[in-house]
Amino acid sequence: MLKLMKKELPLHLMVWPALVIVLIYSYGPMLGIVIAFQKYVPAMGFFKSKWVGWDNFEYLLHLPNIWQVVGNTIYISAMKIIAGLIVPIVVALLLNEVRIHAFKRSVQTLVYLPHFLSWVILGGIVVDLLSPSTGLVNQLISWFGGKPIFFVSNNHWFPFILVSTDIWKEFGFSTIVYLAALTSINPALYEAAVMDGANRMRQTWHITLPGLLPVIILMATLSLGNVLNAGFDQVFNLYSPVVYQSGDILDTLVYRLGLIDYQYSVATAVGLLKSIVSLIFMAGSYVLAYRFANYRIF
Amino acid sequence: MVRYKSSSRRLFEIGNYAVLALISVLCFFPIVHILAISFSSSSAATAGKVGLWPVGFNMKSYSFVISQPAFLKSLGVTLQRLLLGVPINMLLGVLAAYSLSKETKDFRFRTVYVWLFVLTMLFGGGLIPTYMIVMKTGLLDSIWGLVIPSAVNVFNVVLILNFFRGLPKELLEASFMDGANHWKTLMRIVIPVSLPVLATVTLFTVVFHWNEWFSGLIYMNSPQKYPLQSYMQTVIVNKDFTRLSVANLTLLAEVSDRTVKAAQIFLGTLPILLVYPFIQRYFMGGIVMGSVKE
Repeated sequence: MLKLMKKELPLHLMVWPALVIVLIYSYGPMLGIVIAFQKYVPAMGFFKSKWVGWDNFEYLLHLPNIWQVVGNTIYISAMKIIAGLIVPIVVALLLNEVRIHAFKRSVQTLVYLPHFLSWVILGGIVVDLLSPSTGLVNQLISWFGGKPIFFVSNNHWFPFILVSTDIWKEFGFSTIVYLAALTSINPALYEAAVMDGANRMRQTWHITLPGLLPVIILMATLSLGNVLNAGFDQVFNLYSPVVYQSGDILDTLVYRLGLIDYQYSVATAVGLLKSIVSLIFMAGSYVLAYRFANYRIF
Repeated sequence: MVRYKSSSRRLFEIGNYAVLALISVLCFFPIVHILAISFSSSSAATAGKVGLWPVGFNMKSYSFVISQPAFLKSLGVTLQRLLLGVPINMLLGVLAAYSLSKETKDFRFRTVYVWLFVLTMLFGGGLIPTYMIVMKTGLLDSIWGLVIPSAVNVFNVVLILNFFRGLPKELLEASFMDGANHWKTLMRIVIPVSLPVLATVTLFTVVFHWNEWFSGLIYMNSPQKYPLQSYMQTVIVNKDFTRLSVANLTLLAEVSDRTVKAAQIFLGTLPILLVYPFIQRYFMGGIVMGSVKE
């Protein structure tokens, strides 16, 4: 027994530095959730602040805009999830038909790039492109005889701006999974289909798509875990009070409640509810992914 | 594969190439546009005359940006952050990944440890409690506040771990046979044969630290301590709209110095463009980042 301990000692030592960080900065905050049930005052700390039970939750349910924010969050993230599934699949299928290798590589190089840029950068670019006076998009609109639209300050347009710019950033990178799955489809299936007289359309329908189906189901179920993640970084860098009505989401609300208005306990309560709902969705989607795609992350 | 091309097939192929070319151009085009603006004259930029090529070529915007003490200061903070953060991230990640890559029979606590790490991907304390912990551990307003809380990226650990598990067993057994212990095996065998994957994860970590702006914004009380992207967040994106009426908003968009912003945006993008070819090679190789695994 002692010998075994000694043998395993170095392995423990190797895990612990990382584990300490995770215990403090990931598990520490989980304990810190207690402040959702307190009237937290930083000077009093976690232990001396007054317990208030469910008061913070009751308070947040009566925030005037809370349901609007929940609605925005689900609306924006649902659109992102749907578009984020369809666009990469279509592009991957199109790329799969490309026979010129250099062309395929160039396309991939260009469309993967935005994924690696931060929303600070992309937000700056988007705001410039959509500017009502000098932005290229509005110049095009004027050129066609339309009226300039102040997209990022317009409640009608703002959610669509969020979805389309999110697609811009992520669709290329998301094709990777599908392209990898496409390479694993057995070429013999296509040869057999050609023998049977199937054209390319039918080959795509009867071989390629069924071959992709497990990955599609997998990505769809996993993305369910994101129903309450409408994309803090993006919204934060594009929104303004003018578009709170259509663009304020749970994460930005938590930020403002907590770090601008210093309502630490209420903000934590909102965050906690969000984490719990997300956890339920995520656990559910893992079960689904396991059922239908036989997928396990570990 | 049988090569038989009907005319409709040919039509499809031409269309397909056109669509894909259009998509890629649309994707990349905004960045080229910003680059063109940054090299254009102020008057051409504010008049909206710039497309994909600079009008009235000059580099004044860049010399203006570079002469800003705040810009240089924040660039310095980012470099410091990279120098501290990337080695720490990699060290902690590789060590943890090595020991978690062992079979349960060789390392009985493995499962417990793995779960401790993985649970953090599923649930978190949220913004405010995390902020409180960072405050309680005395990292507010310190460069370590940008490094320590994010020192372990579980996703990267899982990625490295999976790679280590895929190494041939004989390789490690031979090393143990020769009397090497875990440390020696890790240093002399495992790390040398994993260099490509470790290089990629390193570059990812560089990209992460370069891009990360939010912790700078909330953990640093004085803007002098902001890393570059937090600084850029405040000057490029975060215009204070609250005190303006809707009529004035349009005006604000016009007085903004477009070329200077464009220059800053491009400078913030440049390092990513430089490391991108090295990262991208990895995807072309067909290995999928932390994704589908048997």
